[in-house]
Amino acid sequence: MGEVGAGRWDDAILSASLFAVASHDIGGIHVRARSGPVRNAWLDVVREMIPPEITFYRLPIGITADRLLGGIDLAATLSQGRPVFEQGVLARADGGVLIATMAERMNGDTVSNLARALDTHQIVVERDGVSKITPSRLAIIAIDESAEPDECPPSMLLDRLALSIDLEGISIHDIVTTYPDVDEIKDALARFDAVTINDEERAALSSIAMSMGIYSLRPALHAAVIARAHAAMEAREIVEPDDIIVAARLVLAPKATMWPNEPAEPEMEEAPPPEPEQSDDQDDQPDEQTDSTSEIDKPLEDVVLEAIVAAMPDDVLAQLRNSNAATMRGGRDGRAGVVQVSKTRGRPAGTRRGAKIAGQRMNILETLRAAAPWQRLRGADPAAGNLRVLAEDFRFNRYKNKTETTTIFVVDASGSSALNRLAEIKGAVELLLADCYVRRDEVSLIAFRGTTAEMILPPTRSLLRAKRELAGLPGGGGTPLASGLDAAMALAEGVRSKGRTPVVVVMTDGGANIGRDGQPGRAQAGLDAVSAARMFRATGISSILIDTAKRPHPQSEEVANEMDALYIPLPRANAERVAETVNLAVAERE
Amino acid sequence: MRASFPFSAIVGQDEMKLALMIAACDPGIGGVLVFGDRGTGKSTAVRALASLLPTMSAVAECRYNCDPEKVSPTCPDCSLADREPSKPKNIPIPVVDLPLGATEDRVVGALDIERALAHGEKVFEPGLLAQANRGFLYIDEVNLLEDHLVDLLLDVAQSGENIVEREGLSIRHNARFVLVGSGNPEEGELRPQLLDRFGLSVDVETPRDPKQRIEIMRRRDEFDRHPDAFVEAWKRKNSALRSKITKAQKALGDVDLSDDMLEKISMLCIALGTDGLRGELTMIRTARAIAALGGASDVTTKHLHTAAPIALRHRLRRDPLDDAGSAIRVERAAEEILG
Repeated sequence: MGEVGAGRWDDAILSASLFAVASHDIGGIHVRARSGPVRNAWLDVVREMIPPEITFYRLPIGITADRLLGGIDLAATLSQGRPVFEQGVLARADGGVLIATMAERMNGDTVSNLARALDTHQIVVERDGVSKITPSRLAIIAIDESAEPDECPPSMLLDRLALSIDLEGISIHDIVTTYPDVDEIKDALARFDAVTINDEERAALSSIAMSMGIYSLRPALHAAVIARAHAAMEAREIVEPDDIIVAARLVLAPKATMWPNEPAEPEMEEAPPPEPEQSDDQDDQPDEQTDSTSEIDKPLEDVVLEAIVAAMPDDVLAQLRNSNAATMRGGRDGRAGVVQVSKTRGRPAGTRRGAKIAGQRMNILETLRAAAPWQRLRGADPAAGNLRVLAEDFRFNRYKNKTETTTIFVVDASGSSALNRLAEIKGAVELLLADCYVRRDEVSLIAFRGTTAEMILPPTRSLLRAKRELAGLPGGGGTPLASGLDAAMALAEGVRSKGRTPVVVVMTDGGANIGRDGQPGRAQAGLDAVSAARMFRATGISSILIDTAKRPHPQSEEVANEMDALYIPLPRANAERVAETVNLAVAERE
Repeated sequence: MRASFPFSAIVGQDEMKLALMIAACDPGIGGVLVFGDRGTGKSTAVRALASLLPTMSAVAECRYNCDPEKVSPTCPDCSLADREPSKPKNIPIPVVDLPLGATEDRVVGALDIERALAHGEKVFEPGLLAQANRGFLYIDEVNLLEDHLVDLLLDVAQSGENIVEREGLSIRHNARFVLVGSGNPEEGELRPQLLDRFGLSVDVETPRDPKQRIEIMRRRDEFDRHPDAFVEAWKRKNSALRSKITKAQKALGDVDLSDDMLEKISMLCIALGTDGLRGELTMIRTARAIAALGGASDVTTKHLHTAAPIALRHRLRRDPLDDAGSAIRVERAAEEILG
């Protein structure tokens, strides 16, 4: 561990210094680290390296739109008798460094606004009677504290952050306290603008990115900037192969969705394929790749690739591949911000008038607007800060309260009829998605077969994404029903903790024959299935069990009863019937 | 304020650029939806559109951009009793940005609260819909727009009028605009009602051609480091594009469309099963605009070929079980019917 940890720490420090030099030209840095001494030590290093005139700001998790973009300052508004607008974090942090903790749980609206600031270096505010464009040039440190491998910050954000480091696995003993001081950074900064990169080097970065399955151009563009920053650190004004190697290793490798020396189509057997996020059409890849390598000068690119591989210990390389799979699969917004637990959260849906309801948030501006026309009649003097606001003026924010449903399919992918069933399920998932996007519902798929259950499709609302991830489904093997139910329960509870309503749909055609421990044996497998079903019932999560066997299987019905699921025998299930049944059953259960 | 990347300096993405130019040439086509991968310069292209648009004549001091030739009788500014006869002035065609997180009061307009508090006056402060009148309204991440704003937009787009009844104000004003939206389908689908509002749609993909990619990297690098010099360097090409659009606009009415071509359009729409007449009408206007932009006096099958995917791909009935993308289906039908 020591060697790996020390290597990681070196990379983390190198990344920190490059971040300090190129800060506002590269979006920022993705830091995978839970809180602890190592993370603190790294942040201290960054603070020491960044020139003191640059201020650090914090982006709290769950920040509201008025804090992020700006809104009415209540105290000033009331004391001055006119609306006073207060800048949001994005405007205040212009030219500074913005630290976002728990970035894996950042909500979609926050991510979109950050993305916009990073793209255009400004924010457009059209809120609370204010219309303005404010500069917002940011450098973001996105701290990713995710515990689960398939949890990570939204890809909309990750695509825009050039650097990515992993502080997990670094021990406090790996930390070396030598690093460039702020004067070295300032020297590099002074040189940075003059550093040039040539087309051959750009070509190398672009084609390495492509061969790693990174099709978005942002990472390649960022890699070019990082190469220049590295040259500046090395007191050069011309980019050299060394700089390209560092840039490819620190910017491109962490975003890789495939490894260049691997076949373009990854194996389907063990893990779900790390889907290249940009490609619509997987078949294109091999051709495109040969294109990109044949036309462009090869040597530099090869040198760089070899150097990257050589610089990484094997286990890091392996880990990198795994974590990339997670990155690509889990890269969606962390939904946490749109939890519908109370009347003060969720997506805004206009305002309403009327009496105060406990816990509701007043919309100050709309309230003032309602009161404004009556001030003279009421004998008030707004200019002197004397306002008369009556209960009838009160306006409250309305939020969308309807909880959104996540349908979790748990599909028996075992045995001979599995392929058939999987094809129908794929159809049903796509039909449901095509049909339910107005309601903003999500669909997810877990398949069980062989000895375990695996998540094939994480909860998604995107038909496109579902089509990509369901492109190839594995089938055949034993029936570990208990593992399937356990996996469904874990996912459903996660979904529920995010404020959505999970509905589990189990589809199977026969009895369990693989136990929880992965061992064959009908008796134990049956007992395990029943016990899993009972545990499931305790969660109170709605469920449906569709029995696709030619003749209804007694054990299926027993399991359905134990888990309090709606039991539906559907011998000739096809995509339309399944989708229809689920829709009806969901409507009934809700 | 930061300069925007020049339209003419955008590498590749020909279909997206063409669709935007068609929309600039004939706003009646009904806007453009740009959907596609991350990092393909979707919003860069749309934001660069403003620099390509010609100017238009509007009533001076009118915050609703009234046309001096046809002043709206309901316009809150122009219908004021003490108002002098309308004075025209030339203004840039507005391209209004509707950012995520916009609140309803800023979109539809609301009581000007400062004046109400300070002077006791009840004055309407127009919103983005007023600013966008006779121009373009751009929504980035359009598939993430809050539902209540989508409802509102659909309503206004349908009637061409914004009716405000709030805080004792009763205002109606023209709000005719070309809707331009962009987004990444991975983030979520677009509501079908909103999809219908777009005349044209383009799918953008990340360029895979190495030479194109390097050229993009080079230009982006130049722009990021010396934005003003870069914009200056592309000024001539940009104004050439602008005059191409202005010329095409003038020529539009004279472009001939033979009965033969009309028949082909209608066969194409039938073959694809596009709902209603809108598909055909959009095809006609799009093909005309393409011909005009190319300096041709007649619409030919070549123009129809180019027009078909952008005018029709989002009008096909959704069939989630058909794995062929809609672009491919349009392509196939066009191949069959147009030859």
